Amino acid sequence: MFIDYSLFILFLPLLAFVIQIFFGKKLPRQGDWVSILAIMTSLVLAIIMFFSMISSYDPNFKEEASFTWFDMGEFKIRLGFLVDNLTIIMLLVVTLISTCTHLFSTEYLKGDIRYSRYFAYLGLFTFSMNGIVLANNLISMYMFWELVGVSSYLLIGHWFEKDSAADASKKAFLTNRVGDIGFFIGIMLIYNAIGSFAFGDIFNGVASEMITGTTLTLAGVGLFMGAMGKSSQFPLHIWLPDAMEGPTPVSALIHAATMVAAGVYLSVRIFPILTPDALLVVAYVGGFTALFAASIAITQRDIKKVLAYSTVSQLGYMILAVGTGVYTAAFFHLLTHAMFKANLFYGSGSVIHSMHHALHKKHDHDTDPQDMMNMGGFRTKMPITHWSMLLSTLAIAGVPLFSGFLSKDAILAGTLSFAQHHPQHFLLPIFGFGAALITAFYMFRMMFLTFYGKPQMPELINDIHESPKIMTGPLVLLGGLSFFIWYTLPYFNFMSSHGWFTDLVIPRDSSVPGNPSAEYISQGAHHAHHLAMYLSIAVASVGILLSWIFYIKKSLSADAWSKRLGFLYHWSQGKYYFDENYSKYLYQPTLRLAKKIAWIDWELYDKYFINGFGKVTNLASKVTGKFDYEAIDQVLVDGTAKIANLLGRLLRTVQTGKLQNYVLYVTCGLIILMIIQTF
Amino acid sequence: MDQLNNYLYISAILFSLGTFAVMTRRNGIAVLMGVELILNAANLNFVAFSRFGGMNMDGHIFSLFVIVLAAAEAAVALAIVINIYNNLHTINVDDAAMMKE
Amino acid sequence: MPLAEIVFWLLAAFTIISASFVVLNNQLLYSAIALLFALFGVAGLYIFLWADFIAGIQLLVYIGGINVLIIFGIMLTNKISSVRLSQTNVQQGVGAVIALWLMILISLVISKTPWLQIDSSEPSGTVHAIGTLLLSKYLLPFEAISLLLLGALIGAALLSREAT
Repeated sequence: MFIDYSLFILFLPLLAFVIQIFFGKKLPRQGDWVSILAIMTSLVLAIIMFFSMISSYDPNFKEEASFTWFDMGEFKIRLGFLVDNLTIIMLLVVTLISTCTHLFSTEYLKGDIRYSRYFAYLGLFTFSMNGIVLANNLISMYMFWELVGVSSYLLIGHWFEKDSAADASKKAFLTNRVGDIGFFIGIMLIYNAIGSFAFGDIFNGVASEMITGTTLTLAGVGLFMGAMGKSSQFPLHIWLPDAMEGPTPVSALIHAATMVAAGVYLSVRIFPILTPDALLVVAYVGGFTALFAASIAITQRDIKKVLAYSTVSQLGYMILAVGTGVYTAAFFHLLTHAMFKANLFYGSGSVIHSMHHALHKKHDHDTDPQDMMNMGGFRTKMPITHWSMLLSTLAIAGVPLFSGFLSKDAILAGTLSFAQHHPQHFLLPIFGFGAALITAFYMFRMMFLTFYGKPQMPELINDIHESPKIMTGPLVLLGGLSFFIWYTLPYFNFMSSHGWFTDLVIPRDSSVPGNPSAEYISQGAHHAHHLAMYLSIAVASVGILLSWIFYIKKSLSADAWSKRLGFLYHWSQGKYYFDENYSKYLYQPTLRLAKKIAWIDWELYDKYFINGFGKVTNLASKVTGKFDYEAIDQVLVDGTAKIANLLGRLLRTVQTGKLQNYVLYVTCGLIILMIIQTF
Repeated sequence: MDQLNNYLYISAILFSLGTFAVMTRRNGIAVLMGVELILNAANLNFVAFSRFGGMNMDGHIFSLFVIVLAAAEAAVALAIVINIYNNLHTINVDDAAMMKE
Repeated sequence: MPLAEIVFWLLAAFTIISASFVVLNNQLLYSAIALLFALFGVAGLYIFLWADFIAGIQLLVYIGGINVLIIFGIMLTNKISSVRLSQTNVQQGVGAVIALWLMILISLVISKTPWLQIDSSEPSGTVHAIGTLLLSKYLLPFEAISLLLLGALIGAALLSREAT
């Protein structure tokens, strides 16, 4: 039953995509209802699956189906689908956020010239994302992985008339390719050793030591490189902030809740084959990204850029959790983060939408509607947006009673326990708690700048209105999902993440021989739990307090401090000049090298080798040309034609047009055949 | 009379006569009669094989279908012959060679 | 020689002679009459083959239907003046040789092939079995051929209609 349902969930959005691409423009309302109908049906099926999972309450539930894709002697590729609790939760997240995005977009993109195509791409994206979620093997996951990349490319470049959008889409695609090469190398290493792409076979193969040591580490790191690209981890993080050039609902769906989480999902799936060395790489990349991206987010003025860096930072958290072994906590954070971060994006979309309309009314096309320095005081004008975003901000800052507190706490406890067992890795918890502090600070900075204080542009404030119901609907729904209670049912204890999630998604032992068991890791995390909780509450409070002092009370001036911190401030605002440095040390040298090679190619290789070759060929062809004309053409070719002509004229006499002649010939043929057969 | 071959020889003679008619007769209707002879030869084979193949009724069914087809063919062919006659005032099949061009 | 066998050989000779008459006669109307006898002879052979129903159908459809149709066709198209014209075309000689060869070859094949011959007892009648088969195993071909017959009749009617 689950496989059938999930196939419907998978293919309905694809159907919507096909219909939209071919007939979208001709349908009434440009066919947005087709997409909405498809995704809502998928959502309903996902909810049904979710509730039957809850009612059966089986942590070991698993349903798998596979078929042979192609078969060449010994070489066989089987593709298949896997449905377990992880998949069901993920399907629900994807379809829920996708539905919200569809609804939100009907208003946000009203009147857009490529309205129907936008919905088509949303359908394609949902299809491919669900494909990643359902894949039971690396190869079909890789295919859907690339499909997701394509749909992300198409959606970021939705307004491709803008150069920045076109560039951003290319950047996103190419940066992802870098990670995907690693992914592919990882897949090939594993296939070479184990001879199968299916997760089950791979885990068994690793457990029976068919692949060990450095090879396994390399394979794990290769696969993780794919995750780094998609989940925008340092140093491949540069594409995600630029991806904000896409429409805001797309940012919520793809670049906050689902696609970027695909990397985390992959890491969670492949966790059992990661060796201790590979896990360390994962942990350090994740931890560093978490702190590093958070430090950039502090100084950004663009509301969407803040959220983008915040997403990078939160993804770093999840990766850190995978690296320290508490991978179910990573998935838990993926779930809660998807809800509140999507909501924050919808909120920012609502604000931008409203700013855009207000500026449009004033015929002001120079002011940036996304710049927080132009906002302020929107609280009373947009109450629903404000409250909903506030709930999500509390969640992301890690305040008790909200979902983010639980998942962040689980990650931090895991990190702390890891550092207690391996004191040489003391940096990891510092990354974690530092990022938590900064996150609380910049998220409230964003809230204060946008909704509180005095309006920065008083002439606009009267034109700022709450967004229509179809946009506030998702805000209310997802804002409500920021409360902890949805994730800990049927228990009511806001201090512990114990609930249906922890019951149904239980950590499993790593397949790599010698790795610490799941029991050992979770006990360590349990011990560190209380310390981690108090610390995280403390850092969150400090962050919020600092933010309040800077931006509400203004007893400390943000401007003065930014001057005092000088180069740090500029580094952060300049995003540590990653784009510039990549350009200076990576792209430009590559271009120069390419130009050099082109010069060698043209001046030396082409001129002497190719042209010389050409001259010899020319001479040879003249000789052969003579021979060709005199001997072959005149005698052989023309002769053949003449013979054909003669035969044709002969055969023409046979075509008398008289029926009885033909019968005669047929009978003659029959007699000849019979003679051949009989004697 | 209890020999399959006897029937097959008769059928072969009928078939050759029919073929001869189809090949040589100038009159369209005579050609049609030749075709009827060929069909009868085939039918005779069907029924004979049926009789000596353990009285398997499938052969009968086939010959039944052949008879029906012959009826349909005769009706259409005669209609065509009459049409040709109306247009060309002859039923000599040699003269009906307009499709050659 | 038992009586049945004598009758059989007489019938066979009758059929072949009638058929030759059909082919070789110059008078079209005589040919048609000869065809009638040839078909009658084949019907007789059917009875020797225990195919009573097919023999009946042969009489009904061929002699009662098709042959009458052919005679009508001859009467509608034959002008009295053209009766005496030669009824064969230039291929007569070649055609005769080929037809003869065809007969010889088929006969050779027949004599050389080891045919299966299963002896079975004479059935009391074939109508019941044929009816059952037509409405069970051969239902679809039966319906298809009904449609074909209908189409042929409509087509024939359409073709022979006076052009308006």
